[in-house]
Order: sequence, then C-alpha cells, then structure tokens
Amino acid sequence: MNATSEVERETAGVAGRSAIVRAEGLTKQVSTPDHDLVIVRDVALDVRAGESVAIVGASGSGKSTLLGLLAGLDVPSAGRVWIDGEDLFAKDEDGRARLRGRLVGFVFQSFQLLPALTALENVMLPLELAGAADAAASAALVLGQVGLADRLGHYPRQLSGGEQQRVAVARAFATQPKLLFADEPTGNLDSATGAQVIELLFRMNRERGTTLVLVTHDEALAGRCDRRVGIAAGVVSA
Amino acid sequence: MKNFLIAMRMLRRNAHSGEAKVLAAALLVAVGSVTTVGFFADRVRGALDRQANELLGGDLAVISDHPLPQRFAARAAGDGLATAGTTTFPSMVSGPAGVSLSEIKAVGRAFPLRGRLRVADSPVAPDREAEGGPAPGTAWVAAPLVSRIGARVGETIRVGNASLAVAAVITREPDSVLDYFGLAPRLLMSEADLAATGLVQVGSRVTWRLLVAGEADAVARYDREMRPGLARGERIESVRDARSEVRVSLERAQRFLGLASLLSVVLASVAVALAARRFSLRQTDAAAMMRCLGAAQADIFAINAWQLLALAAAGCAAGTLAGYGAQAVLAHWLSGFFSVALPAPGVRPAAQGAVIGIVLVLGFTVPPLLRLRNVPTLRVLRSDVAVAEPSSLAAYALGLAALSGLIVWQAGDAKLGGLAIGGFALALGAAAAAGFALIRGLARLRSGATGPWRYGLANLRRRTGASLVQVMALGVGLMAMLLLTVVRTDLVVKWQKSMPADMPNRFAINIQSDQLPLVKGYFADLGLATPDLYPMVRGRLVAIGGRAVTPADYEDPRARRLAEREFNLSWAGTLRPDNRIVAGAWWKPGATEAQFSVEEGIAKTLSIRVGDTLAWDVAGSRFSAKVTSLRKVEWDSFKANFFVIASPGVLEAYPASWITSFHLPAGREEVVNRLVDRFPNVSVIDLTAIMGQVKRISDQVSRAVEFVFLFAIAAGIVVLFAAITATQDERVFEGAVMRTLGASRRQMVLTQLAEFLAIGLLAGLVAAAGAVGLAMVLSDRVLGVPYEFDWLVPVAGLLAGGAGVALAGLLGTRKAIDTPPLAAIRAVT
Repeated sequence: MNATSEVERETAGVAGRSAIVRAEGLTKQVSTPDHDLVIVRDVALDVRAGESVAIVGASGSGKSTLLGLLAGLDVPSAGRVWIDGEDLFAKDEDGRARLRGRLVGFVFQSFQLLPALTALENVMLPLELAGAADAAASAALVLGQVGLADRLGHYPRQLSGGEQQRVAVARAFATQPKLLFADEPTGNLDSATGAQVIELLFRMNRERGTTLVLVTHDEALAGRCDRRVGIAAGVVSA
Repeated sequence: MKNFLIAMRMLRRNAHSGEAKVLAAALLVAVGSVTTVGFFADRVRGALDRQANELLGGDLAVISDHPLPQRFAARAAGDGLATAGTTTFPSMVSGPAGVSLSEIKAVGRAFPLRGRLRVADSPVAPDREAEGGPAPGTAWVAAPLVSRIGARVGETIRVGNASLAVAAVITREPDSVLDYFGLAPRLLMSEADLAATGLVQVGSRVTWRLLVAGEADAVARYDREMRPGLARGERIESVRDARSEVRVSLERAQRFLGLASLLSVVLASVAVALAARRFSLRQTDAAAMMRCLGAAQADIFAINAWQLLALAAAGCAAGTLAGYGAQAVLAHWLSGFFSVALPAPGVRPAAQGAVIGIVLVLGFTVPPLLRLRNVPTLRVLRSDVAVAEPSSLAAYALGLAALSGLIVWQAGDAKLGGLAIGGFALALGAAAAAGFALIRGLARLRSGATGPWRYGLANLRRRTGASLVQVMALGVGLMAMLLLTVVRTDLVVKWQKSMPADMPNRFAINIQSDQLPLVKGYFADLGLATPDLYPMVRGRLVAIGGRAVTPADYEDPRARRLAEREFNLSWAGTLRPDNRIVAGAWWKPGATEAQFSVEEGIAKTLSIRVGDTLAWDVAGSRFSAKVTSLRKVEWDSFKANFFVIASPGVLEAYPASWITSFHLPAGREEVVNRLVDRFPNVSVIDLTAIMGQVKRISDQVSRAVEFVFLFAIAAGIVVLFAAITATQDERVFEGAVMRTLGASRRQMVLTQLAEFLAIGLLAGLVAAAGAVGLAMVLSDRVLGVPYEFDWLVPVAGLLAGGAGVALAGLLGTRKAIDTPPLAAIRAVT
C-alpha cells in the first residue's frame, strides 16, 4: 500500500507532463455481411507515466480490441494514438514494431511463448531484436527475479501454466519498457497461481516504474490498479 | 547476425518437425539426382582430358582415306618432329578355332608416340607395359579374339594372305577410350607385313594416319603450315579435335541423363513448396509474437529464411554426398564403355547441385515466407485473425520460371529444353487430370464401403488437393520406371519377334568384281540360296546444285560427317521391293540419261531435292547427274541398302567392290569359315552379334537411366510425406476424436490404410495408363509393330503403387495413431 501511494504521489507530481499513452477519437469498425459493426467508438484516453490502469468490461465489450489499438497491434478506422509523444499510426508497420521494441512490453492470457525456444531464449528474443549486447545475462537475471533461475533451459511445454506466464512476464520486462500492456494475464491460470503472477506484475511495475495498462474482468486485479476504465459496447466510461 | 543467431536457436527445435525433414529430404533427392549424373560425367570428362594426347597416340594426327603423300612425313622430319604411321581397316582374321571380324591396325616400330600399350601373355595373366608395337611376322590381339578364334600366344593366325604369330594379348591401347565391347576386336601388326596380307585393295575401308609428336611450338607450327595444303579426304586432328567426338557423345548422354535427373527436381519442387508452406503456417503465431516484440518485417523474413536456408544447405550437402556415392554405381554399370580408368570427379558438379538447391529454395519457399511478413500482429490477441494469402499461382511463378530455366540449361539448347518442359508439363497435367477424375470416381464408392474403409475414402475425397498432388507425383515417377523396365523389354522382344525367320544375319563385304561368279558358285555348291550381290563404288559428294559441299556448311554433326566422308554409291536398273519412291520417279528401263535416286533421310539431312544436280569425285575423276527420285528404305530388312543409287551406265567404269547379305542358319558357321578361307579379302559381319551388342549397350544405358529414375521415385515418396505432414495436425486430431469415440487401433490403422492404398492404386493406375499410352505411340510410330496390351504393366503399376504407398503412408501417419487422444486434442486446439 505504501508503495502504491508513493506512485500516486509521483504521478500527481508530474501531472503537468504529457501522457505516456494518449488516444483521441479512437474508433474501430468492421464490416459484416449484414451491417457495419462498431467495436470501439470514439475513445479518448490519457495514461500518465507510472500509472496503472485497468480496462474492465464484459466479454465482447471491445476491451481487447481497445488494447490492441493502444498498442498498435491493430489499425483503427478513425482516431489517433500517441505513445510517449509519438504518433503511432503516422508510422508504418515496421515503425510501430520498432517503437514497441523500444518502449512496450506485453503479457498475454495465452502466454504466447515461442515453442521452439527455451525459457531463456524466449526472454532473450526481444533483447536480441533490439540489438542488446548481453542478452543472455540480462535474460537470466530477469528470469531469476521471477523465480525461474533453475528453469532456463526448459522449453515452454516442459513448464506449468504459471511458470510459462512468469517467463512471459520476464520477457515483457527484459527490455525495461516504459509501458506494459497485459491482456487478461491471469485468465488461463488458477486463482493461486494467478495471484502470484499479479504480485509479480505489480512488484516489477513498482521496482521499475513501468506504466501498466491491463485488460481484465478479474475484479481483484482491477482493484489493485490506480484507475479503472470501464468499457461497454465499445464506449469507454471513466 | 542477430537474426541468424535467433534463427539457429529456433531451428534447433524446428528441425525436428515433419516439414523440416521433408524439406531437407526433398533437396537431398533433387541434388542427389543431379549430382549423380554430374559427378559421373565429370569423371569421364576428366579421363578424356587427362589422356587427350594418348587418345590420339601422338600430339597431332594427319588422317586420310588414301596413302599419305610423302611430304607430310618429310616436313615433320625436317621440323625435328617424331612420326609414326598407322593403317587401319576392318578384315576377317582366322585362327585355329574360327574366324572373326577384326579391326586391323598396322603400325611402325615407333608407335605409339604418346602413351604406352599394355600387353599380357593371356587375357587373365598380369599385364606389362610394351615397348613400341609388334615385331614383323607377329601380331598382338585383343582378348575377344583369343576366345573367338583361339588366337592364343604362340598360335598362328591368318590375316588376308599373311600368317602371323600371336605374340601378346593387348590389355590397354592408348588411342581408344570408348570400347564398345570389342565389336570388332583389335589386331595390331607390323606395317612391314601389310603388303603380304593383300588386303589393301579397291573399295577397302582403309584409314591412313601419320602421328606426329614433339615440342609444342613445333607441333603448332606444323599444324598451321600443313593445314592449308590438305587435299580432299585428308584432315589434321589435334588433341582437341580428337576429344571432341567422344565429348559430343558424352555431352549428349549427359544431357539426356541430366534431363532424366531433372524429373526428380520437378517432383521435389512440389515437396519443397508443400513443406515451406507448412513451415510458414506453423511460424505464423511466432511471427505475430515477434512483431509484437518489435521485430521488423525484414527481421521476420530473415529469421525464417535463415532457418529454411540452413535446412536446405544440410539437404544439399547430404544430396551431394549421396550423388557422389551413387555415381560410383553408375560408373560401375557403365564401365564396359571405357577402356581407361576414370579419375575422381572434381567439385563442379557439387556447385551444380548447389545451384539446383538454391533454385528450389528461392523459387518455392520465398512465397510462403513473404506471407509471414504480413502476419497481423493482432493474432497475439485473437488467433482467429486470418493472414492474407498470396495467390498461389502468381507466387510460384518465380519458382516455375526458375525450374524452366534449369531445364533449358540442362538440355543445352532451347528446343530440347522446350520439349522437355512441355513433356514434363504434359505428364504432370495428364496425371493430375486422370488423378482428379479417379479420386472423384473412387469417392463415390465410399457409400458401398464399410467402417474404416468408408472413412479412409472420405478422407481421400475431402483432401482432394493433397491426394491429387500425391497421385500425380507418384504416378509420374512410377510411370518412368514402368516404361524403362516392363514396357521397354516388352517392346524389344516384340520387335525382335516381328522379324522374319530367314532375315539376313550376315553381311559379306569387299567382294571383288572378278570373284562374283566364284562367290555365287560357292553358295550354290553348299545348297544355300544365291544371295543378291550389289555393287559399291566409293565416292565423295563435292557439290549439290553447283554449290560446293563443305562440312562447315552444316550445323548437324551427322551432315558434317557425311560431307566429309566418302559415300558408298551403287547402281541398279530396277527398284527393289524394300525401297519405295516418295518423290520424283524411278528411271525407265533402258533410260540412257544419268540419274540419281537418293534416300529421303539423307536428302533431308543434306538438303537435297529432286531436280538438284549432284557432283561426285570418284577415284580422282568427277561427274555429275540430276536427282530424279527420293526413296524410302526399310532399313530393318537388314539387306544391303544405299543412300545414293545411280542409273545404269554411270558408275560401271569405276572400280567397284560388291556387298551382299544372307541368312546363315544356326550351326552352319563353317560356311563363313570356308568362305573367308577361299576369299581372304572378303569380310563377313555377324549381324546377330552386332544386335546382341546393341542390346547389351541399350540394356546398360537404360539401366543407368532407370537408376537415375530411382531418384524420381524417391522424390515421389518425399512428396507423399510432404502431403502427409501438411495434413498431420488434422490426422492427429481426427485420430484423437476417433479414439475418444472408442475406435480400436486396428480400425484406425485400417482407416489410414484405406486412404493410402487408394492413393497408391490410383498412382499405379495413372502410371500404367501413361506407360501403356507411350508404349502404343512408340510401337506404332517408332518400331512399326502393332501394340499388344500386356497385363503385366498395370499389374506391376498397381502392385508397386499400392503396396509401396500403403507402407510409406502407414509409416508417415504412425504419429496420428500413436498419440494419446488427450495430448492430441490439446496439441491441436
């Protein structure tokens, strides 16, 4: 609790600073044979550096689509997104990929580890893509921090679900991103394991000052965030 | 570099996947097939290069169809060059055990100027290097003469009117690289004994050579200065020229073997494309994740391309090794053709193999890899987001173009290359069309089938595309094998059977005009039919329609040779029944105007038309006459036939020898022995022996092609595995569902068996239909024998296809049967 209020103070102290994520008029619309379907409608959102934000909503409310748009994984029908002041959709696919490599980490519900790589190699991957010199040492260090120092050489299928998600968390933090997006990070885990992963996420967020944007329908998880953003039928309510 | 490291790391695991193995195996087969031929040809070429001047017996040879003027030897002596003369001609030789045709070579003591003869005391005794050639009064013989006529060392043999003592058996003769199984085995004698044989007469086919050797500069100068003064019938061959003829045959052989080897490359390309596509599908999620982690499109492409390249490199390396090993088999089978040892091959064929590998990899893996660049990053959140698929035909246009280029390159010219491309496309297209119809037809039977068989047939129909590819690839490979084995033997046997029992089996040549009544009488005395005797005058074609004939005017090597060589001209008053006029008209009885009738094939080769005036040089005098007809000749009547026949009154004044063919009943060899005894100048050629030799050569050559086509079968099997791999997940999932629903292992095996047995049988059917179709065309158009359907062809096709594919299919789908259901469902969903 202490730590959280520290972050709040810090956030309040930089209130004048520009948001690390800013969205304006963000809309995603898809065509179906019958009619046009609006999944995300005219969303405006500011996330400040160091803040933790939970996007909550029921299944099909558009929260994952919103996360995809904020991270530049998908292209909006209308609207703009800035990450750390850079206009995300003014860039091409490669430009967005580079920006993600530099600033953004991800944790997914389904872990998304590459089955062909060991735990260590999975964590090394973003470091190597960014051209880091000592990828193996840094990756081993982060894996140690998530309690997997003795699992470096294991392949994903040799790890339990909780262990896989810890590798994913380690991978997300390995490049020391300013911003971490998490999509239902505990969705595939039992409650005890899920709690461990949540603990881990917030500890890393705290220790490294990373901004956390997560999508969840886990109330316990949402409750630990600085701010909740509700979404229903593609419309955001603060 | 970073991409390479990531790729190698991912490959460690991905290399165990089915598609990686298929990709490497496809390249192994394709590269192995091409390098087998390449390495083999390289060895033969190496032998030719290494022994180039040995081949000639000197550094340069002046060759002539008449005794060489003294100036050639005198000039060489003046230039300080060593010389040796040789005289070669075919003739009969007789020994204690019989008579045989032999290729006689009379040589001086200095022969050979380059290389060494090796001789032994008997064909099985250890051999030794010989100094020079045989001494006067002696002969050295090739091994076949020892067995055929009993020409053992110490025995006396007769060559024409001369008796010679056999002094040695030749084990290696420098100036012959290609040894066509000793068709007319060599006899070496001293030139001092030549006159005593009495064999060098009018009409004999004699070649005189003056071998020259010495300092390279002096030899080059001699070549330069003597060449312009060459008369008709004289030519100079240098080391390079001497190689060229063997080289042309070698290159032609390599071209056809090479094209045969490309069939496996074409089939392998299908497997490569399937494997690369599967690889790309499996890397889709990894690619989306990497994009999410900041990888650029170029990184994704590079990481996956490096993996495929590494697999391809491994496949190419293994293929090159396989090719190196396989060429040894080829060399062993074809060793009968070469009288020299083949050196080790060079590295060029390996480079050629690498080119094949690169073409396959670039042409057929790039399109699926490019697809990965466009994987939507959103797939990390929603796995149902589809990837834009490139239109497959356009995507593989590059690969198909590269493959076509490869075929033209291997064929060596655009026309042959075009024919080969057309042939491949036609074979694959026809196989695909037939396969499609058959799959649809067979699938209809499924309602009549029970249990596992019905599911198997349902799978065949549902995976029509994959089934089709397998039927096509295996069908074409099997067809090639069927054609070479069952159908070829069948056709040869039928063709031989179609010949009349009393067909001539011996030619007698070199009969002199004054011997005609005696030879006729000889046959009559023995109670044999008097054979027809035809006159033969040797002449050189000097002009067609007023235009001088020079070899350089013709591109066709056969036309070149004809323009250079002497023709055998004949004359006749009436048209023979085995000749048919196809243009113009045969001369009327009693016509006095000089006329020629020309065989249509040679007329086409030399561009001779009815109405053209042909000018000839016979024994130094020239005459000319008009062509008034073209003839079609039944060459397989095995009677003496002529390219050019003159009307009566044109050639009678010139020196002629006579030729005849006759049927010698089995067991009457003494007829020939006594004929040769009485007329030593007459040579008898045993056609059955020649046909036996031709059959042996064709057997060995087709065995070599069969061997190369084994790679095509292997490529077909790789395609089968590629298709199985492409549907592996589906099969595993289906298997799991069936197991969950209570299917026994036996039922699951039967389901798979039904599908693969059907594919194999269909491939066998396609192969048999193709082989029968081609056999019909060959037998009708080429052999002129009515085709008789042989049940063995479809039976062999169905058995080989059904059993082979069923076995391979069961092996390939073991995983679908052995994976526990829960693990299977989890792995797929």
